[in-house]
Amino acid sequence: MDLFEYQGKQYFAQYGIPTSPGDVAVTVDAAVAIAEKVGYPAVIKAQVQVGGRGKAGGIKIANSREEAMLHAGNILGMDIKGHLVKRVWVEHASEIEKEYYASFTLDRAAKLHLAMVSAKGGVDIEEVAATDPDAIVRHHVNPLDGITLAEARGIVAKSGIDEAAIDGVSEIIVKLYDAFVKGDADLVEINPLILTPDHKVHALDAKVSLDDSAAFRHPEWDEFRSVQEYDGREKLAKELGLNYIGLDGNVGIIANGAGLAMSTLDVVNQVGGSAANFLDLGGGADANTMTSALEVINTDHNVKSILVNIFGGITRCDLIAKGIIEALARVELHAPLIIRLDGTNADEAREIIEPHVSDKLIIRPTMMDAARTAVGLANGGDVK
Amino acid sequence: MSVFVDSNTRVIVQGLTGGQGRFHGLRNRDYGTKVVGGVTPGKGGTEVDGVPIFDSVEDAVAATGATASFVVVPPRFAADAVIEAARAGIAFIVCITEFIPAQDEARMYNRLRRDFPGTRLLGPNCPGVISPGQCNIGITSGDIALPGGPVGIVSRSGTLTYQALYDLSQKGVGQTTCVGIGGDPVPGTNFIDCLAAFEADPATKAVIMIGEIGGSEEERAAEFISKKMTKPVVAYIAGVTAPPGKKMGHAGAIISGSQGTAQAKMKALAEAGVTVAKNPTEAAELMVEIVSKLG
Repeated sequence: MDLFEYQGKQYFAQYGIPTSPGDVAVTVDAAVAIAEKVGYPAVIKAQVQVGGRGKAGGIKIANSREEAMLHAGNILGMDIKGHLVKRVWVEHASEIEKEYYASFTLDRAAKLHLAMVSAKGGVDIEEVAATDPDAIVRHHVNPLDGITLAEARGIVAKSGIDEAAIDGVSEIIVKLYDAFVKGDADLVEINPLILTPDHKVHALDAKVSLDDSAAFRHPEWDEFRSVQEYDGREKLAKELGLNYIGLDGNVGIIANGAGLAMSTLDVVNQVGGSAANFLDLGGGADANTMTSALEVINTDHNVKSILVNIFGGITRCDLIAKGIIEALARVELHAPLIIRLDGTNADEAREIIEPHVSDKLIIRPTMMDAARTAVGLANGGDVK
Repeated sequence: MSVFVDSNTRVIVQGLTGGQGRFHGLRNRDYGTKVVGGVTPGKGGTEVDGVPIFDSVEDAVAATGATASFVVVPPRFAADAVIEAARAGIAFIVCITEFIPAQDEARMYNRLRRDFPGTRLLGPNCPGVISPGQCNIGITSGDIALPGGPVGIVSRSGTLTYQALYDLSQKGVGQTTCVGIGGDPVPGTNFIDCLAAFEADPATKAVIMIGEIGGSEEERAAEFISKKMTKPVVAYIAGVTAPPGKKMGHAGAIISGSQGTAQAKMKALAEAGVTVAKNPTEAAELMVEIVSKLG
């Protein structure tokens, strides 16, 4: 789960990482009240999970009550690259002397935690990594050892961060690591981490991605989750317990296994089509899961054909076939279903489906054949 | 011959008394695997379909001489179960548990690397390992595998592994061992470990490698193949059309920024002399062709 900036700042606060005084608002009145409280100049920032909100006019400075009202009014309800702004974060505008960068993530190649610190903050870090890689200090931390303040100071000193900021940044790095580990994050990033003219250091932005697998030990995440903006299809899929990702194409995909589902997307693309979604049924694909899967895909009106790609290992194909027939009795589909079944008891499965075959229910022997038929139908062609 | 497991491997199942553990553990036994015991704290002295249950891995090892463990316990207990097995001297651990918190997984991996360097962990979130006709630890259906070699399979995905196994078996090409390394970000055993084992195994003559988006293990494997492998390798990489920033079912299957794309992996493998297939079925077809030329 990727947090909104304001949630990231609330999360940082739990671990003692300093941020600018501020709060989140959903109405213009509330935004103005916060601005009055934190004092002018105040920054009003759109809360959307997409880059480039500044350029889109989603970040404004207000020097008075009138300006706060004007900006909050403009930003709330704004559409930034397809994301509707429902909330703004309002904080006292900081005076910035320098902008730095700090993050923790997992280095999958080294299988260790990775600290990245740079004196060049406030810009896209991937850009810095590409154009000036030496400007980023990379330091591995063994999860068994954690990081000490002395170690953090070493990293900071090496990064070329100003003398006046070394203590502040080092302390924040130790706290950021704590947030990363105890807070079960996949990524914690502060960009920019700023030095003010009075030589204080604090986080001006917060990027946090939480590890959903650790949700069982973080009841406090429920509040973060309650305002997450899932696509309507993804929301329904989540409620039904399916592993679903919405995409832009017109061929609905149902497969068992993440790898096979990914592979199905690729094959649809290879034969000139594009997938409307990724959907992994998981291990036990019975009538109930199949019904849920078809229900979710049926709500997507871009879908012109549905490709069901099943490989039966321990889950036998005949049981899955029965599940499909049962599910079809429960859900009225608006697009034809193309089925490919292979593996354990695939012949029996085909026999079960055979009597139901029509121009709305088609069975194909291989993944490629099934993909061609599904793409042909989705693009307005006939059954080939 | 085979890699990692064979007909002498003596297996205990941590979590044999649970639904999943019982189902897969007994299935493995019925396949012919030497399943010598189960471990569930507090249930020592009982049995599951004739298999004795112990309170701890230590007790189980002392009583049965187990050399391998199959860990089938819920995510919040899995990391501790793996460390318990390592501490009791188990040399090969298969953990199929999905959704272990990433921080626990990173600590578990580094604990093994530092304190138990002689222990190999396969997984977590993997289908397990099967040496057809000898030993099956995990969730792979033994029916779709064919004993006798000469192909080794290593894969990050479950169903794609089964597809490859099935396609090869249908065409009469057997497998030495099929290893599912799993879809998590920090797998205990990686592609290179398996490729090295297959290269060293005289019975394995060629290898199918199935990768997917995320991380850089396939690129590292490509480097290993070009420098260290003499046996032919066929690869398939899933996720060419996966959007960046989304976890595609597996925790590790995510394109981060410009890192971890299928295109980059396929390019690296092709440059290393690997035959790269466009889909899993084609991977099996290309392998059948290679095997037919081995003589």
